[in-house]
Amino acid sequence: MPKLTIDGQAVDVPEGTSILQACEQLGVEIPRFCYHDKLSVAGSCRMCLVEVDKVPKPVASCAQPCAEGMVVRTDSPLVRHARHGVMELLLINHPLDCPICDQGGECDLQDQAVAYGSGQGRYLESKRAVPDKAFGPLIKTAMTRCIHCTRCIRFLEEIAGSPELGAFARGEHMEIDTYNGQPIRSELSGNLVDVCPVGALTSKPSAFTARSWEYRKTDSVDVLDAVGCAIRVDSRGNEVLRVLPRLHEDVNEIWINDRTRYACDGLRYGRLDTPYARQGDRLVPVSWTEALDLIAQRLPSVAPEQVGVLAGDLVDTETLFAVRTLMRTLGVPNLDCRQDGATYDVADRAHYIMNTTIAGIEHADAVLLIGTNPRHEATLVNARLNKRARRGGAFPVGIIGPAVDLGYPTIPLGTGPETLLALAEGRHPFADILRSAETPMLILGSGPLARPDGAAIHALARAVAESCDMIRPGWNGFNVLQRAASRVGGLDLGFVPEPGGLGTRGLVEAATQGTLAALYLVGADEVSFVPSRRTLIIYQGHHGDKGASLADVILPGAAYTEKSGTYVNTEGRVQKAERAVFPPGEAREDWAIVRALSDALGRPLPFDTLDALRAMMWREGPWDQGLGLCSPVPWTQASGYDARCVEGTRVHEPFTLPLPSFYQTDPISRASPTLARCVAEWEGARG
Amino acid sequence: MLAPADAIFTNLQGLEPGSLDAARRRGVWDGTSSLVRRGAEAIIKEVLDSGLRGRGGAGFPTGRKWSFMPKVPAPDRPHYLVVNADESEPGTCKDRDILRFDPHRLLEGILCASAAIGARTAFVYVRGEFYAEAQRLSRALDEAKSAGLLGRNAAGSGWDCEVVIHRGAGAYICGEETALLESLEGKKGQPRCKPPFPAEIGLYGCPTIINNVETLAVVPEILRRGSAWFAGIGKPRNTGTKLFCLSGHVNRPRNVEEEMGLPLRELIEKHAGGVRGGWDNLLAVIPGGSSVPLLPREVCETVSMDFDSLQAVGSGLGTAGVIVMDRSTDLIAAIARLSRFYMNESCGQCTPCREGTGWLWRTLCRMVEGRAEVAEIDTLLEVTKQIEGHTICALGDAAAWPVQGLIRHFRPLLVERIESYRRKAQAGA
Repeated sequence: MPKLTIDGQAVDVPEGTSILQACEQLGVEIPRFCYHDKLSVAGSCRMCLVEVDKVPKPVASCAQPCAEGMVVRTDSPLVRHARHGVMELLLINHPLDCPICDQGGECDLQDQAVAYGSGQGRYLESKRAVPDKAFGPLIKTAMTRCIHCTRCIRFLEEIAGSPELGAFARGEHMEIDTYNGQPIRSELSGNLVDVCPVGALTSKPSAFTARSWEYRKTDSVDVLDAVGCAIRVDSRGNEVLRVLPRLHEDVNEIWINDRTRYACDGLRYGRLDTPYARQGDRLVPVSWTEALDLIAQRLPSVAPEQVGVLAGDLVDTETLFAVRTLMRTLGVPNLDCRQDGATYDVADRAHYIMNTTIAGIEHADAVLLIGTNPRHEATLVNARLNKRARRGGAFPVGIIGPAVDLGYPTIPLGTGPETLLALAEGRHPFADILRSAETPMLILGSGPLARPDGAAIHALARAVAESCDMIRPGWNGFNVLQRAASRVGGLDLGFVPEPGGLGTRGLVEAATQGTLAALYLVGADEVSFVPSRRTLIIYQGHHGDKGASLADVILPGAAYTEKSGTYVNTEGRVQKAERAVFPPGEAREDWAIVRALSDALGRPLPFDTLDALRAMMWREGPWDQGLGLCSPVPWTQASGYDARCVEGTRVHEPFTLPLPSFYQTDPISRASPTLARCVAEWEGARG
Repeated sequence: MLAPADAIFTNLQGLEPGSLDAARRRGVWDGTSSLVRRGAEAIIKEVLDSGLRGRGGAGFPTGRKWSFMPKVPAPDRPHYLVVNADESEPGTCKDRDILRFDPHRLLEGILCASAAIGARTAFVYVRGEFYAEAQRLSRALDEAKSAGLLGRNAAGSGWDCEVVIHRGAGAYICGEETALLESLEGKKGQPRCKPPFPAEIGLYGCPTIINNVETLAVVPEILRRGSAWFAGIGKPRNTGTKLFCLSGHVNRPRNVEEEMGLPLRELIEKHAGGVRGGWDNLLAVIPGGSSVPLLPREVCETVSMDFDSLQAVGSGLGTAGVIVMDRSTDLIAAIARLSRFYMNESCGQCTPCREGTGWLWRTLCRMVEGRAEVAEIDTLLEVTKQIEGHTICALGDAAAWPVQGLIRHFRPLLVERIESYRRKAQAGA
């Protein structure tokens, strides 16, 4: 614990702390450009120079570790001269285009120039001009503004595990560009806009749309995958203009993936803004009363066993709770929140969440990935795995399933359940690696679970976790990587078929054959089938996507930015998203629609406000840990796997990945023109 | 004056072949085995006592540098010796002549040093443009290997030492020791932040010592003849013999080995045949390669050529590349040319050097014509102060110092150039 003095204040810091970090601890502000908390230290912008006693030159505080007895000055004439000098030199070749720069108002260079710049330039020569680069449909470049901090290079290499950028040429001719001249492919590329301290890299889709001070900022949670990234929704008027990450060390640190960031323009297109009812082969706008009456006329006359409910991936927990409560009141046994058709055993909470937690990955020393591409299914989980791998030390990552490039070394073990079986029975060499590891973990993807033999695979994975000693006091290495934001919440609230009731596969079949009287799709957009004319399809949701195209009655709901909602992420962490804007037109918040439907059906739900609903929901949900946290869930020993089931005909069938596209996974991202451009740029080319 | 018997580089002019046989006749590889067998501590102590200071420019005591290495290598972190043969400093060509005329002296030095620091692998990073030199070194390495002087049980000393020759790609900055390591690792040659120093975390993250060619080449002779002999040459703290590269406006440009602390005037007049047109025709001398401030004639009269004396007059010994400029020289243009060199060779990572070197060059270009304001001279000086000491490596300083030297000693010249330009412009208008 070195003890040092900074501007006369004594401070104790842990070994290895840099002077800059020690200054932050004391609240002493040190200007910087190249230094970033989450990236390696470059020490090259020279803005953070401080004076250290007995050192003749000023030292870069970001790169200098604290030493015992150091005396540091951050506001001496030497330091002021150095900072002014560096600032002047940074500005001589930086264009004075702040009024037309999208970074204006949230620019590190602009802010620090106010503090350390001089009023007038002394540079009389022409400024440097640098050709812009083609970084793809997401990132707009203005490379003349680049100050060569290399944060972008370091981000892609260290965090995204995708070293695509480099600094070419030397001296003042140095330019940032991609190595292969191709656009940046990383799923985390949008973060480059955030790490760039100036306006060299800005968001292409939102170019010239708003100034930073015009945004209304709302803290929220991402729902486009099950990671539950902390986000900030920036809106102006009733329009969401951009989504930015918020710091959450345990979940997404300070990063979000490109789908989370750029899907927001999908909130403007293809919206359901009024109720519709089918007349013949057309859907016509109707009033709320008409729509609800239509349902009230049909539903009460059929037996509850003739009704089914399917919930989608983006639905908030409040809505799930309201629907489930209504269905229990009506006696409907057929409900399922797993629209991918998974049927595995969900009696035990530890069996369907990520027990290790995302931050816990950093403590793991061996990983088994089963039928998953975390890079696409949960980019920020993959970023943690990459962070762990980069830290060094033994970290074998075995993959069962299709080969995927995750940005760190992996070991292909096999393609399907047979390899998993071999591991469970200890016949596979990787089983020894897992057993001898201190903190082994496995990640079971949602793809294998959605197979018809998903339940058997789930049991097998549990057996692997137990036989490889992944569950021990203080460590649980069994993880299901959910892909839908609504899934864990739905399972927590028991949004699954009652005994004897139909699940997703049964409901889809019944609706196709017409043996079902009514199917209520609550934001369920990933099921495709041709419903029978005899089945009434009710769709509640916010986009005119797959679900709406099947519907006889459409109840327009709110997207995640338009309502206050609770979501449980794949770790079992309960998080709340706040409303940023209002739903468009006649669309309403989803819980209120369900409440109105219950009235129309003559079976009013016992809450009139969101708060009352939440109070009831929290009494039922297994969420003792409280909002924003996750706590270890007790593990029940598995009852063993059914060898007949696993050794059936499907044992040789390779796992497949559930996501055909990273950019388009849900109604919002499918409606986004920006993400459509991404698909055209990259995934279209693949054929 | 250096006594002929004290000279180390006896084939500096290349009159004899550089082959192993010829080298042996000159005393190279003589009793190397016993030198190496003295052991690391004894070798380091001998070098420390000799007062040898690094010949690459900074003049850090070599024995002290070696003593920073861990005494026993960790099992997973081998020690490395890296030889800096990336001699690119304008006005300097001493290492080049060692590589082509006396490569065995370097190889023997590598063996002694590798034993001293516990390195079993040595990398020689040869400047990219030194194609023929790298070939000669490579031939010498082959000879030494087949004679059993390098490799396993080198020279019968019981010490294993492998030498790898690596050619650079022609970047001045790769002569900076940590940029050299980056380049050797296959990365872009950019200096690293220090600490950690290479003796702690160097090549591939392992303890590494980087020495200049000349430094290593004199080590065997120090061990053979004893530290007292070496320390007896030159001045206190500036001991031994030194290669000086005399170029520019002298009658006989050449490399010469002399004792440290020899007066500059004597050096030029005795070894280079004097200044072109006589001593009075001298305008200025850059005494230590392009990176150090120039000295006007008055200072050149009396100054001695060693680290401390030159530092005392506001310049430096640097690489001892003596660039002589007579009265026909346009000093402003000469310094502007150096500024262009530094602008081109800046690696570009630190702000002050990346942006500032171009500023210096552009302003100086105008000043060559006189197309500037007198007040800009002070701006120029301030810009050099904004670069100096504010960068990761010394290239920023190297770019600033020549300009500072010019302004310090020849400000009236700059003022006169600017005013005469203005007079002409007014007359024309």
